[in-house]
Amino acid sequence: MTSNKPDTAAKDSGAAPTQSAPRRAEWPLWEVFIRGQQGLHHRHVGSLHAPDAEMAVNNARDVYTRRNEGVSIWVVRATDITASTPSAKGPLFDPANSKVYRHPTFFDIPDDVGQM
Amino acid sequence: MYAQMVKTGASGVKSIDEMDEQERAFQARIDAGEKIEPKDWMPEAYRKTLIRQISQHAHSEIVGQLPEGNWITRAPTLERKSILLAKVQDEAGHGLYLYCAAETLGISRDEMYEQLHSGKAKYSSIFNYPTLTWADIGTIGWLVDGAAIMNQVPLQRCSYGPYARAMVRICKEESFHQRQGYAALMKLCLEGTEAQKAMAQDALNRWWWPSLMMFGPSDKDSVHSAQSMAWKIKQNTNDELRQKFVDQTVPQAQYLGLSVPDPDLSWNEEKGGYDFGEPDWNEFFEVIKGNGPCNRERLEARRRAFDDGAWFREGLLAHADKERAARMAAE
Repeated sequence: MTSNKPDTAAKDSGAAPTQSAPRRAEWPLWEVFIRGQQGLHHRHVGSLHAPDAEMAVNNARDVYTRRNEGVSIWVVRATDITASTPSAKGPLFDPANSKVYRHPTFFDIPDDVGQM
Repeated sequence: MYAQMVKTGASGVKSIDEMDEQERAFQARIDAGEKIEPKDWMPEAYRKTLIRQISQHAHSEIVGQLPEGNWITRAPTLERKSILLAKVQDEAGHGLYLYCAAETLGISRDEMYEQLHSGKAKYSSIFNYPTLTWADIGTIGWLVDGAAIMNQVPLQRCSYGPYARAMVRICKEESFHQRQGYAALMKLCLEGTEAQKAMAQDALNRWWWPSLMMFGPSDKDSVHSAQSMAWKIKQNTNDELRQKFVDQTVPQAQYLGLSVPDPDLSWNEEKGGYDFGEPDWNEFFEVIKGNGPCNRERLEARRRAFDDGAWFREGLLAHADKERAARMAAE
């Protein structure tokens, strides 16, 4: 994972960066969510690097909405997202398979009852 | 194609017998058309091949800005200049989508830059040719972006989710690139002077063969294709795509009144496509090795841009740190 902590050696030296200077950490990674139009959810579209949240929004505007793809942008630091793991797929989602009664089509309602 | 000769770490397709249980289950998912997502288990060779392919593709988008950037200040009208700027900006965006996709496989952005700048990672051979006249800009849009589309459309169905999704975004934008190029050539060829038409013909003469090379070596010399196709990170062979490109492009050249610089080009009624000559593969391998007309200049420009921007990247980070510290102190 990336860290945005600056490399102290480079920071303290105050010298112009050269190729031999210690490498600074790269900008942190942000996940980008765009609302395509009013009335729709924000949807994940990709990620980008930016030094802070404000720049992440500005960069997201340039990278992901050059053709009117959005009316609103969310950015979240990738390290702040907690995700389920692929190995949890079974325990998390399999139980739903055995509960077909959760679907309306499970119940046979006679036509005579009318619209339901 | 923007990714050429991507190594798979093997010299053929791994057979079912050679696979362990996990690999067999993985191949079964691929065969069933399932998409692979970042945290799923995947064979190391699949991961590495994808990193090579996606990063090479990303580097091509980024380096590809350079030949066209050469003409932004010299575009013939303000409208052409705006169009070219928008196109070059798109290329930067495409590079960014692709770098993001590659990062999901566990390589950092800086590592990828480092591989590009040190010459370890490749980018498409096509961007090592110079843009000598304005007609080159039209020709690049028409042929180079045309060839890229040919390759990228099937990649939208690639087995790796993040790469496939990046390709969907890219393909949506790529059509603009090809059309603006062809429109610029229509202006020169159909409404222009004899000199302008000759300029367009000269551009086609120089870009035709390098464009055909974009699809990579002939299938018989393409040792990694079979494994990449089994993994569905490549959908068509190099020769299939090259044929499709020639069939689509020749009538477009005819419409412009330009002649394709290939004495062997002829319509083959039986196969319903054109027969055409072999590109100069020696030239191709030389360009890939770093000995094309502009290899050194392109890499030098990339390194300079990266190094010259270091103070800016660091300055913004320092600002972000300071702001965060101030915010925390206020809380």
